[in-house]
Parts: sequence; structure tokens; C-alpha cells
Amino acid sequence: MAVTPLFGSRIKRREDPRLITGEAKFLDDIQLPGMLCAVVLRSPHAHARIKSIDARKAAKAPGVVGVFTGKDFAGLNPLPCAWQAAGAKNNVNTPRVLEIDRVTFTGAGVAVVVAEDRYAAEDALALIDVDYEVLPVVVDAEAATRPGAPQLHENAPNNICMDWSCGNPESTEKALRDADVVVRQRLVNQRLIPTPIETRGVVAQYLPATGEYTVWMTSQAPHVMRLLMTAFVFGIAETKMRVISPQIGGGFGSKIYLYPEYCLVAALAKTLGRPVKWMEDRTENYVATTHGRDHITDIEVGAKRDGTVTALKVKTCANLGGILSTIAPGIPTTLYGRMLSGSYQIPNIHCQVLGVYTNTGMVDAYRGAGRPEATYVVERAMDLVARRLKMDPVEVRRKNFIPSDAFPYDPVGILAGLKYDSGDYEKTLNRALEIVNYKGFRREQEAARRQGRYLGIGFSSYVEICGVAPSAWIGLPGQGWGAGLWESANVRVHLTGKVVVTTGSQSHGQGHETTLAQLVADDLGVALDDVIVQHSDTLGTPFGYGTYGSRSAAVGGVAVHMSAAKIKEKAKRLAAHLLEAAEADIVYEDGRAYVRGAPDRAKTIQELALAASVGYNLPQGMEPFFDETSYYDPPNCTFPFGTHACIVEVDPDTGGVKILRYVAVDDVGRVINPLIVDGQVHGGIVQGVAQALWEGAEYDSNGQLLTSTMLDYAVPKAGFFPTFEVDRTETPTPVNPLGVKGAGETGTIASTPAVVNAVIDALAPFGITHLDMPLTPKRVWHAVRGRKEAAR
Amino acid sequence: MIPAAFDYAAPKTVADATRLLRRHPDAKIMAGGQSLLSLMKLRVAAPPLVVDLGRIKGLAYIRKRGNTLAIGAMTTHAEIAASATVREEARALAEAAEAIGDLQVRNMGTIGGSLAHADPAADYPAVFLALEGSVVVQGARKSRTIPADAFFTGLFSTTLSGGEIITEVRIPLRPAITGSAYLKMKHPASGFAIVGAAAVLRAGAKKGDAAQVRVAFTGAAAHAFRAKAVEAALAGKALDDATVRAAMEHAVRGFEMLEDLAADAAYRVQLVRVYGRRAVLAAAG
Repeated sequence: MAVTPLFGSRIKRREDPRLITGEAKFLDDIQLPGMLCAVVLRSPHAHARIKSIDARKAAKAPGVVGVFTGKDFAGLNPLPCAWQAAGAKNNVNTPRVLEIDRVTFTGAGVAVVVAEDRYAAEDALALIDVDYEVLPVVVDAEAATRPGAPQLHENAPNNICMDWSCGNPESTEKALRDADVVVRQRLVNQRLIPTPIETRGVVAQYLPATGEYTVWMTSQAPHVMRLLMTAFVFGIAETKMRVISPQIGGGFGSKIYLYPEYCLVAALAKTLGRPVKWMEDRTENYVATTHGRDHITDIEVGAKRDGTVTALKVKTCANLGGILSTIAPGIPTTLYGRMLSGSYQIPNIHCQVLGVYTNTGMVDAYRGAGRPEATYVVERAMDLVARRLKMDPVEVRRKNFIPSDAFPYDPVGILAGLKYDSGDYEKTLNRALEIVNYKGFRREQEAARRQGRYLGIGFSSYVEICGVAPSAWIGLPGQGWGAGLWESANVRVHLTGKVVVTTGSQSHGQGHETTLAQLVADDLGVALDDVIVQHSDTLGTPFGYGTYGSRSAAVGGVAVHMSAAKIKEKAKRLAAHLLEAAEADIVYEDGRAYVRGAPDRAKTIQELALAASVGYNLPQGMEPFFDETSYYDPPNCTFPFGTHACIVEVDPDTGGVKILRYVAVDDVGRVINPLIVDGQVHGGIVQGVAQALWEGAEYDSNGQLLTSTMLDYAVPKAGFFPTFEVDRTETPTPVNPLGVKGAGETGTIASTPAVVNAVIDALAPFGITHLDMPLTPKRVWHAVRGRKEAAR
Repeated sequence: MIPAAFDYAAPKTVADATRLLRRHPDAKIMAGGQSLLSLMKLRVAAPPLVVDLGRIKGLAYIRKRGNTLAIGAMTTHAEIAASATVREEARALAEAAEAIGDLQVRNMGTIGGSLAHADPAADYPAVFLALEGSVVVQGARKSRTIPADAFFTGLFSTTLSGGEIITEVRIPLRPAITGSAYLKMKHPASGFAIVGAAAVLRAGAKKGDAAQVRVAFTGAAAHAFRAKAVEAALAGKALDDATVRAAMEHAVRGFEMLEDLAADAAYRVQLVRVYGRRAVLAAAG
């Protein structure tokens, strides 16, 4: 009986029925007997000293059980910073559960009301009287480093958290001096708000008799949360807390981190002796949950007249916000500077990054996390060089590509010892050109221009880094992460032959319950329906680092595969015993172990699981039960790549940009489930295009977030897009036995520069070579008008 | 995102509603709630009493009554967008209804509620002005009719007095409407009009008379306005691109443009001119 492999099958997600029918239980669905509601009072000022807080009136309001301020929790440590910039001094300042004497961004928590219900809590919030001494504000990262700027933290002179660099400054300067042309450009990568559909929340319960906390929270990494809360903030045994992530409605990175409210609510549950819930509203999510990106970057690109890029010098001011989120310093350094070679052989690279405190919300990883910013620099640089040399941007890319026979490729040492694993960059470019009919498009563009219509095409031939990460490379002695980043999995085959997979990774939309089951069903030769995948609860899953950085297939999936392989080995030994054959003669195939050459002498995995479970008849020394755990520490990261192409039309009268076509050719290695990968690519494209055209968090000079509701902050809608044309090539990674690279972020990483390059191409007749994002109609129209007036 | 405490009343008749409003001058009328509830959740509005018109029967209809198109005030945007009668008689109104918010908003929001709220970026006001419509208004004691031109007075303000309820919106169908259109640049987040332009063409009063052109804008200034200088410049003219373009130079005369993140004043002037021209040309078909 030949079984069709599930690996590579376009099967529908097993998660979807409960989501579509509303059966799925999210954090706010949790109701515990006697549960109270907490609401946080947030600073209306971006920078202020807290002189005093008078909560007497609020404490007496109807329904209020208690009002607390930072002083009530002074015994808890500030939150930890788990990833510091490697090789640099980090001037670390992290939030407290509630700030005690100073706030450095609008939205920082200063007090909490706990009441019988949310109505009572919100009403009482207005009765708390906080006496602030308002301090001067700086919101621009570059301005914050200048002399005379308001100083946010005593340990961070000139508001610099860290001054980090990679690459070779001398060789890069020399190459720039020797270059035929040098293109200089300032690139602003604006601040974005992740906007998962579900905001953050936490429910905590404390049992005094055992001293145990149970904390439900919207987290992408429940084990890490437990570790950080118990060991770093509370100073209690890790075993005294259980953390559960229920169904999570998206995170995009913003739910990786430990936030003050998670610790606060756990502390309140203990103090009050009743369960407490806190659920963020949308405006809180916009002001108090992390943002992403926010770089001001100056680049200098040296090139030969034939388009060969010889040097890339990058200086970036990365805005980290008023205080550090959990892994903030690692994002604009390891995940950004180290990826600045892109898909190209650039012989000389230097990057300096200043991580800067400003009076704005916290900035941390947001889908792509550093790689979108790096890709934007590199892919804009390619177009800028092409424009300067009057070359086709496709030809400039081709000329500089790392050739397919150069892998593993070391991008002049800036990856700190890692090498790009595998790739065929030209293949994805050629496929994209074929799909868009590039030559035909250029003819159409010419004809359209003669009619006063402005079409443009843009490319982005990206490479990114996934599957984080080899522990020796990412850890403290290497890239500064406070722990290894291996992943775990346990696979058990119960007496009935049903398979239970538990994983340390966490699914918040990725579809692990489907893809990990596909892997195990294939490995063991069982039906997909016979496999369940459990995750997101520290009770019952092995320690794992969670889900982010497109790591769950390339790291977590491999751990699952290894555990299944161990079970297969044990099943073969047991089969040899039961069939009275030599173990070496047993073949395991399609869910059966049989004697080589005698396929009828066989035991099915179900029969073997039963035998292993009842344990009456096992080989000497064999333990009962099929139960195997694996911890997989990858030898390298993985490096997905591809080419995205976008065709736009710009209306010069209104500045409006219309996307006519969007083509994505990705190579994410082998694909477990093409339907899920298509979905990831679609979602990623949507978010990346949104950065190019619509999204942008705006603060005023007082540090007030102007885009604090969904009426102001332009989250993209389905109607903004044409049907995406998605294709793939498949270059397996040699890094892991599954050949998978990771597919969660490619769309976000690739699409932003493809769209910007397309708009700038459309505007070429006006002599426009660069515009900063988002390319709103207002911005495009002003640029066109400026050029028209300059031409007059 | 939790409103302050408020009382709620759902009267069954307009008369009951006006009586309640007379007794509670601080009450707010809810006619769909798509703007009011958001303001209350943000605690920008905190009315002690909300008077919901949703239970009053007979306020949702679309009827041709002689030379008038009559639309009940509680008719939803979705009903107006889907109405063959509206599309046939006053296409621009259907286009405006279709362009509002999203499906959920269109299923709940009403034309009376939207006009009374007078959001400077709402879609109906431009069309209401260009169609030279009127609203029938019921107060505690008497009813009156307010023509569109005398309705909008500023940001979120109209000539409605506190206790008055819009019961019907009327659109005159004579002189015959020969073409109409509503075009907008949608705010990518809110869906409101950064600028919206309505154009309505009517046959001359007598056969052979030159056509009348009515042009109005929303989203551009503190309230929707008619561009009477444009209308005068276009009256009786053949509506070709050059003529309309030239006329639109007068479009913002007398009005101060709004400035916000989406558009500064110079850009709004440009959008008024471009969308105005496109709307007139679309109406002229």
C-alpha cells in the first residue's frame, strides 16, 4: 500500500473549523469564578516625573477593590532585557510593572484599578489624581543624540542605548574613494504598529496553599515568559508558575515580549487573592504595545561604471522608544546590520547602528524584524545605482548576485561566522521576469508615458535569515541573546495508536497543528487524523523558545521529526522481537514494520504501540511506551530568498498609487503545506505593501501618538490589492534534514522595496529618484508638483 | 473603550421621542449609532441619555412621491446603495451610500443619522447639497423642512435644534436629473472622504434651456459646501474636459481647507479640483 506523502500537500488547516465557527477560546473568553478586572492608568505625558499619586477617591468608587501604584510593587525587579547588542556596551533601561518616579513615553503605566467589572474600573480611572512634573520631550532619534536634547535616562548619555557596528570601516572607505560612482541617500524606514486582530491580555490566578500562579497570556513564547517572570522579575522558583497561551489572534512579533501588565496582573492576583483579568483596548495596544522599524539611515553605495557594487556604507539611527522592550537591541543589530549584503557579492560593507532612546513607545521586532529594514536598504541601493548609471535595475541585480555555485556563501564576514546556506537567486528573478513579461511591460510603459500615464515596475531580490538560531552563535558569547535558541518536541504513541505531539513552539496563526501533524503522520505512516499537536502550555510541553523569526518549521519541525525517527527506531526493535527476526532485517514503511523480503511478516505501528504500551512482551531492557523527546539545536540558520515584482500606476493629478500586479517568486526550501505558505506569503505581502504605501505611526512634537486609533492608522484592507501572483522555486536547505527554510516573513521582507521601487520607476519622467515611505497620495503629489514647478 | 454610564430609551413613535428629548435636553439621539457609539467608547461623548430611534416603525423607506424622491431617515446606507429607485433617479446618492465605511457600517448606519451628525468628511452631505435636497424635521411642537443649502453650518453642526428629529430626506426630481456622480478619495484607515465630490446635472426648466450643473464637496472644509462659482461657470456650457478644468479653478473660493495627516490645504485644493472635474465629467457621462 503506497501512502501519498502529506509533506507537500495542500491540505486545509485543522485549526480553521473552530476559528470559523467561533468555538476557539481566546484570552478574553476566559472567565474564572470571582475574577476581577484590572485597568491600567497610563501617562498622558511623554516625559515626566511622577511627583505624587492620590488614589483615595478612586479607591472609594463603587465596585473598586483596590488601586495600586508603582510603589506597591517596588519589590519586584524591572523587566529583563533578554537580547543586548553583541560586542557593544548596552545602556539598559527596562520598564517596571508600574513606573514609580519617571515616565519616558505616553502610555507608560503608572497606576492600576482593580474592580468587580471593567465598567467600574474604567470609571474609577478618571478619579486618580497624578501630579506630574512635565519634562522636555524628544521624539526624533537623530535629534535625541544631539547636544542639548532632553535626556531620558541617567545611564544613557545623549540618549544612546548602544553604538554597534559590523563590517570593515577602512576597506569600505577605501572602496568608496576608489568607486566610479558613489550614490548617497537618506532612507527613512518609518515606525509601524503591528496591529494583531487580538490585542494583548492576561488572566492570573494564585493559589496560596501551594504558592502557585497560573497565568494565561497572549504570548508567542509561554516558556520564555515563565522563565523571565519567575527568575528575573518575581525571584521565585520557575516551578511555581504555569503559563498558558490560549488561542492567540496574531502577534507579528508584538507578543514575543514580557510586558509590565503580565507581571502586574500576576502580582495583583496574589495580593488580592482573587483571579484578575486585564485586556488591552485598541488604543492601549497602539500606545503601549511594541512598535516596529523606525530607522533613519544614511547610505553610501560605491559602484563601478558597469554596475558592479564595490562598497556599502550604512549609518542608522534606530529609535528604540522611551524604554527597552525585551529583545529591542538585538533587532537593529544582529538581524539588520548582518544582513546588509542582501543577495549580492558586496566586497566591502560597513554598518554602524546607534540604538536611541526617545519619548515614544517601545520598538521591538515586528514581522521581519531587522530584515525588512536591511532589505529596504539593499534593494533601494540597487535601484539608486541603476538610476545613476542609467542601467536597467534588473541588470544591476544580475551583475551583483551571489552565483548559485558560491554556496555556502560568507558575506565578507558580516554574518559573524554564519554562511548563507543555499540559493539560486537568478532563477527566482528570471521566473518573476517571465511572469510579468518584463520586456513587454517596458514597451507598455513607454506607450503609456506618451499618453500621460505613469506606470512603474519595481523589483526586490531579497534574502533573509530564518530558523533562529544555532545556540553557540546567537547566545551571549556570540550575538548576545541570553539563551540558546534550540527547540523541543515530544512525540508519544498511545496504546490506541493515536499520536500526541507536544512542541515548545507556539502557534498564533501559523498552523502548526496542521503542519507538524503532517510531518509526524508521514514519518510514522499514520493518518493525519490520528495525530494531535499540543502547544502553548508550560504544563505538558517540553521547554521551548516559542515562535518568531520563521523558526517553527526549520527548528521546531526538525525536533518533531527527530522524535518521530526515535520512535520508528524503537518500533523496529520491538517488531524484530515480536516477529523473531533480526533488527537489521526490519523495514519500517507506511506505518508497518516488516521483515525484509517477507512483507507479510509485519506489525503495524498501532499493533506495536499497543505492545509497547501494555508492556507484556518487550525485548530485554526495553522500556514500555513509545515516548521520545528531542532538542534540536540547528547548526546554521536558513536563508530563504526570492524576487518580488510589483507594477503600479501613479496618478500624477492626485498622487494616488494603484497596484496593477503583484508577483512573488519565493524560495523557502521544501514546503510542508503549500496552502499555508501561500497564506503566509499573502499576509506578508499585505503588511509589507502597507508600509510602502499607507502605514506609519506619527507622534507630534509633544510625544502624543497621533495615529492612536484605527480611524487614523491605515491597516490595509483586502480591497486595496489585486490578486497576488504567487510562485515558488525550491532549493532545499542542507542545514536540516527536512530541507525547510521558513516562510513566515518573506512577504513582509520582500514587498516593501518592490513597491517603492515601482513607484519611483513610475515617477522617473519627473526626475524623482527617491521618496520616503509611506508613499501616500499627498506625498507623491507634492513631489510631482515640486518637480513640475522646478522644471518651469 | 468602555463608555461612561448612560440611560437608554427606545421610544416607539417620533412623538414619544420628541417628548423625551424635550424632557432631557442633554440626551443624544441614536440613529444607527455608527458614529455616536465610537465617540462614547472613547469617552469623547458622555450623554446621560441615549434615545434610540431604531424601534420607531415606518422611518425606513424609499419612495417616489410625484416629483420627489422621499427617503425615510432611518433608511440604512446598505438599503440606499441597493435601491434600484435611487440608482435610477439619483445615482450619485447610491454611489455615496456604497462608498461609506464597510459593510457592517452600511448595514447599521442611516441617512438621517449621518446628515444630523454632519461629520465634515461624511459622504452624503456633498450629494445632498448637489441634489438640492431637503430634510423634514419633527420638533416637540411642530415640523419644518430645511433645505440642504441652509442645513450645514460648521464642524459637526447644523441648523437642527436640540429636540428636533429628521424624519425624511427629500430629493426633488424636477427639473429632470440627466446625470449625477459621486467620487471620493477614501482615507485608507477610516474610509471617510479625504475629499468627496458630487455633481448633478439637470435639464433646463424649459425644453431647450441650458443644463444646470450642481457641484458640492465634502471632506475639504469644516462642512460640506456647494461650489456656486463653479456652477455658474459651467451653466449652459458644453461639459468638456478643458471647460470643466477651468471652472474648477473657482471650486474652493470662500472656503478654508482642512489640514490633517492625510492632506494639507494645498493638496486638498488640488483634490477638490481633480475630483470635482472627474465627478462632473462622470455625471455628464
